[in-house]
Amino acid sequence: MGTAGLGPLPCVPPPDQTARVPRAEILKCQNLRKTFGDLVAVDDVSFTIEAGETYGLLGPNGAGKTTTISMIAGILERDGGQVLISGRPHGTTSRWGKKQIGYVPQDLALYPDLSARENLRFFARLHGLGRAEARARIDEVLRMIGLTERAKDPVKEYSGGMKRRLNIGVGLLHRPPLLILDEPTAGVDPQSRNAILESVAALAGEGVAVLYTTHYMEEAERLCDRIGIIDLGRIRAEGTRRELVGLVGELDRISLTTGGAQAVPKELETLPEVRKAGSHEGRLEVMVEDARKSLPRVLAAATDAGVVVRAVEVHEPNLESVFLHLTGKALRD
Amino acid sequence: MGALLLITAKDLRLRVRDRSVFLLAIVVPFGLAAIFSLVFNGVDDQARPTFAVADEDRGQIAATFTGQVLGPLERQGVIALRTAGGEREAAAMVGRGDADAAYVVPAGFTRAVLGGHAAELRVIGNVDAPIGSFVARSVAEAFVADVRYVRVALATKGGGTPEEALRVPAPVGIEDFAAERRQLSLAEGFAAGMAVFFLFFTVQFGFSSILDERRDGTLARLLAAPVPRATIVFGKLLGGVVVGVVSMTVLMVAADLLLGAEWGNPLGVGVLLVAGVLAATGVMALVATVATTAEQAGNVQAVVAVLLGVLGGVFIPIQQIGGVFAVLSLVTPHRWFMQGLADLHGDAAPVLAVVPTLALLGFAAVTTGVALLRAGRMLRP
Ligand SMILES: Nc1ncnc2c1ncn2[C@@H]1O[C@H](COP(=O)(O)OP(=O)(O)OP(=O)(O)O)[C@@H](O)[C@H]1O
Ligand SMILES: [Mg+2]
Repeated sequence: MGTAGLGPLPCVPPPDQTARVPRAEILKCQNLRKTFGDLVAVDDVSFTIEAGETYGLLGPNGAGKTTTISMIAGILERDGGQVLISGRPHGTTSRWGKKQIGYVPQDLALYPDLSARENLRFFARLHGLGRAEARARIDEVLRMIGLTERAKDPVKEYSGGMKRRLNIGVGLLHRPPLLILDEPTAGVDPQSRNAILESVAALAGEGVAVLYTTHYMEEAERLCDRIGIIDLGRIRAEGTRRELVGLVGELDRISLTTGGAQAVPKELETLPEVRKAGSHEGRLEVMVEDARKSLPRVLAAATDAGVVVRAVEVHEPNLESVFLHLTGKALRD
Repeated sequence: MGALLLITAKDLRLRVRDRSVFLLAIVVPFGLAAIFSLVFNGVDDQARPTFAVADEDRGQIAATFTGQVLGPLERQGVIALRTAGGEREAAAMVGRGDADAAYVVPAGFTRAVLGGHAAELRVIGNVDAPIGSFVARSVAEAFVADVRYVRVALATKGGGTPEEALRVPAPVGIEDFAAERRQLSLAEGFAAGMAVFFLFFTVQFGFSSILDERRDGTLARLLAAPVPRATIVFGKLLGGVVVGVVSMTVLMVAADLLLGAEWGNPLGVGVLLVAGVLAATGVMALVATVATTAEQAGNVQAVVAVLLGVLGGVFIPIQQIGGVFAVLSLVTPHRWFMQGLADLHGDAAPVLAVVPTLALLGFAAVTTGVALLRAGRMLRP
C-alpha cells in the first residue's frame, strides 16, 4: 500500500457525511491473498463493511472478485490475510460465521430437478432453520422473488431470469446480517435487473450489510455506498462514488471512435493538455483538463497521426474514467 | 447428524426423480440373472452328467448314499452312474472324460460316521465339465447335510440336550479336489453375481455426486453452509449405501421368490450384504477421487466395476478356472461376497460368514479411508 497510483488512494470523508452515526462493523477483510500456481488472483485486499452499508467490488473479468468473495464466504482457503465477521475470525471451518453470511454465487447454484420450494427447503434446513420456521420463511422469500405461483415446478422449467431470482432467494433464507452477491444481474433483462437492485437496496435499508460485485459501472454507482475498484487482484482505489470521481480531478474524457484497433499515437500522448490516453475496442480514450477547450487540438493531433476519426464523444467524469485513470484500460473488455 | 441426513435425503430424492437408478439397481441385474439361469438350466437338461462311483467303504452309509441318493436321481434321468473299482480308476475315468465327476467313498467311512468322527466324502471334479462337477457337488452337499441331521437327531434321542446336539460336529465332510467346499446353485450364483456386479454401478453416484454438485455450482452453496465438510462427504456416501442396501435386498428377496434361491441365515446374509455395499461404496468413492468431472468419474468407475466383476467371477465361475485367476479373484469384493453367500448356504451353514464379511469390511475401511484423505481436493467450488 502507499505506492502512488497502485495502492488504494486515501479518501477524505466528504463534509455531507459528518452527521453519520457509526454503525456496527459486520465484515472486515485484512490483506487477503490467494494464488493459483504462479497467478496471484487476490493480492493484499482489505476493506470493511458496516451494517446497512452496500459495498461494491467493481472490476473487469478476472479481476479477482469471485476469488475474494469465496474466501470471505468460507468456501476457499486463503493463502494470507484474515476475515473478521462482527469481529470474530472467520474461515472455511467457522460455523458461526457462515450462519451470518448469505451467499449468492455468480453461477446459478440450484438443483434443476427439484422445485423452487424443494430447493429453498433444503438450503433453509441446511442453514439450521426448523421445519415450521423454514416453511414460513420460504413463503416470504417466494413472495419477495415473485415465484409463489411457480413454486412447485421443477427449476429446470424456469426462465433464466426466474432462476436468477431463485438463486438470490436462497441466499436470503436465514436472514443473514451480511449478504454477498456475486454479479447477481449477469444475463438478466433490464426489468428483472431493476427489481433485483431494488430488493438489494431494501435489504440494506433494513440494516443488512451487502457485498456486491459487478462489472457494470451503473449498478455500482446506483447501488453502492462505497466502491472498491479492483483490477489484477488488487484494490486500486476505494471510496464513495463522489470520492472516486474526485480522484480523477476535474478531468474530462474524450472518446474517439476509430473503427479499428488503433495504438495511441505519440502526437496525441505528448500534447500538454492530455493527462492520459489509452486505446480500447476501436476507441481512443483521452483524459483532458477541459474537453471543450482541448477537443480541437486533440482531434488535430489524431488526424495528423493518421487516425481516421469516425465519431467523437465527450464524457463527464464517472467511474469508467476513474478506472481508466487508475489502470490505463477500460472497465469492460 | 441432521445436516448429514438432510444431504442424504436430498440426494435420494434426486435419484428417485432420475428413474435410471431403478433400472440399474433392480431391473437389469434381476433380468440378467433370470435369463442366465434359464439358459443354463436348459443346458442342464440336455447334457445329463455321468458320475463314476468308487465305493471303497462297502458299509451301510455308503450303500445309503449310492442306493438312496444317487439311485433315484439316475432313475429320474437326472444323472447317469458308472461304477469304478477304486479311487484311482474313478480319477482316470474323470480324466479321460468318461465321467463328468466321480464320488469316492473311502474305506472306513461308515465306521467313522457311526462313531461320530469326521469322515470324508470325496468328489473329483472335471475342470472341463464345470456344470457336471457342480451337480455332483450339490448332490454330495445335500447328502452331507442329511447325515448330520441324522447325527443330531441321534444325539438328542440319546439323552443329550438339543444344545449339546447342536455342538456335535458334522461327521461327514466333502473333500472336493476341483474347487471350493460349498457352492451356490446356478440360479443363486447368477442372481448373486449380477446383484453384486450392478451394485458397483448402483452405489457409484453417492460419492461422485460431489462432482455433479461442483458442475452445477451447488457445491459452493454446500461449502458456504454452516456444515462441516466431513458431513457433506458422509452424507453423500450414505446416499449410495442406502440405495445399495435397498437394491440388494430387493434383488435377493426377488431371487428367493422368483428363482427359488435359498440364501441361508437372514442375519448372516444381511450382515454380509451390508458389508458388501460398504465395500462397493468405498471402492467406487476411491475411484471417483481420481476424476475431476462427474463424466470422467463415471467412465473410470465403469471400467473398474467391469474389471473387478470379471476378476471376481460374476460372469464365469472363477474357481473353476483355478490358478492365477482364483488368487486374483481374492482382491475383488465380488469374490468375497459370493464366497460369503456360499458359506452361508445349506442346512449345516454357520449363522455368519465371518471371514468373507471381515474381508468386505476391510475393503470398505481401506478404500473409504483413502477416499476421505483425497476428498479435500474435490471440495472446492
Ligand atoms: N480455481 C482456479 N484455478 C486457477 N485459476 C483460477 C481459479 N479461480 C480463479 N482463477 C483465476 O484467478 C483470477 C481471478 O478470477 P475471479 O474468478 O476471481 O475473477 P472475477 O473478478 O470474479 O471475474 P469475472 O468478472 O469474470 O467473474 C483469474 O485470472 C482466474 O483465471
Ligand atoms: Mg466472478
